[in-house]
Amino acid sequence: MKLRFLLPLFFIAGMFALFALGLRLDPHEIPSPLIGKPAPEFNLPTLEGKPATLNMQQLRGQPVLVNFWASWCAGCKTEHAFLLELAQQPGVNLVGVNYKDEADAAKKTLAQEGNPYALVAVDHEGKAGLDWGVYGVPETFVLDSSGVIVYKQIGPMTAEAWQIIQPMLK
Amino acid sequence: MSMKKALSGWGVLILFLVSMTVQAALTEVQDVRYQSWIHELRCLVCQNQTIAESNAPLAADLRDQVRSQIEAGRSDEEIRSYLIARYGDFVLYNPPLKPRTWLLWLAPFGLLALALIIVLRRFIKPENSQ
Repeated sequence: MKLRFLLPLFFIAGMFALFALGLRLDPHEIPSPLIGKPAPEFNLPTLEGKPATLNMQQLRGQPVLVNFWASWCAGCKTEHAFLLELAQQPGVNLVGVNYKDEADAAKKTLAQEGNPYALVAVDHEGKAGLDWGVYGVPETFVLDSSGVIVYKQIGPMTAEAWQIIQPMLK
Repeated sequence: MSMKKALSGWGVLILFLVSMTVQAALTEVQDVRYQSWIHELRCLVCQNQTIAESNAPLAADLRDQVRSQIEAGRSDEEIRSYLIARYGDFVLYNPPLKPRTWLLWLAPFGLLALALIIVLRRFIKPENSQ
C-alpha cells in the first residue's frame, strides 16, 4: 500500500523523461518526405546564363549538394563562409538555387561575399522550391550520384552537419 | 513626359484590377473547396497558423498551388498526395490515422477511459464494502 504514495513520483519522473525527449526536438525541423526519393525534376535558368538552364539530368553522375539560398536570407549569410570553405574541398559539387530573389541582388551578394557555387539556378517564383518542399532558406539537399536525395540540412550548413554529410558523398 | 507617366500609372492600375478579377474566377463550388483546403493546411514557416491565416510568402505560394489545382479539377486525394509528397503529414492539421500516429489519436480516449475507471471505482467501492 505504501507504493501508492510513490505513484505521483513515478508520474512526475515519467513526465520529466518525456520533457527531456520532447524539448530537445526542434519543431522547425520538419523531416522531409523526399529523403530516399529521386530529387524532383526542375528546369531553371541560371544566374550567369552559362549554360542557359539547369535541370536534374545535369546533376546526375556525381554526388551534389543543392543549396537553396537568397540574398535576403539571414541564415544564408551565416553559412556563407562555411560554404566557401566546402567549395574548396575536392569532390564537393555545390549547386545553388537562388530562391525568390532578384537577380541583381543575388549577383551583388556573390560578387561581394564570394561565390561558392559551381552553378546557380534561378527559382524566381519559388516553384522548384515548392516541389522540393523548401519552407525556409537556407536548406541544403544532398544528392547521390543517381540523383536521389539522401539528406536534407534545414537551416545553415554547419561543421556538425558536414560530419554527417561527408561520408554520404562517397 | 508626365502624360506618359500618368498613362503608365493607369496601365499598372488596370493590370492590377484585371489580375484581381482573374484571381477571383473560382466558381462557387470551387471556392468552397478552396476555403476548406486552406483552413486545413499548416503554414510550415509559422507552424501554428493555417495557410489561410498566414501572411508568410510560403503560405501564399501554397494557397496559389491549391487554387490552381482546384481550377485544374484535381481531386482532394490528388491535392493531398501532392502536398504530403513535398511537406509530409506535418502540412495537414488533421493528421491521418496510421501506426505512427496511433498514440496521438488514441491517447485521449485512453486517458478518458482511465479517468472513468478511477471515478467508477471511487463510486462503486463504498457500496460494495457496506
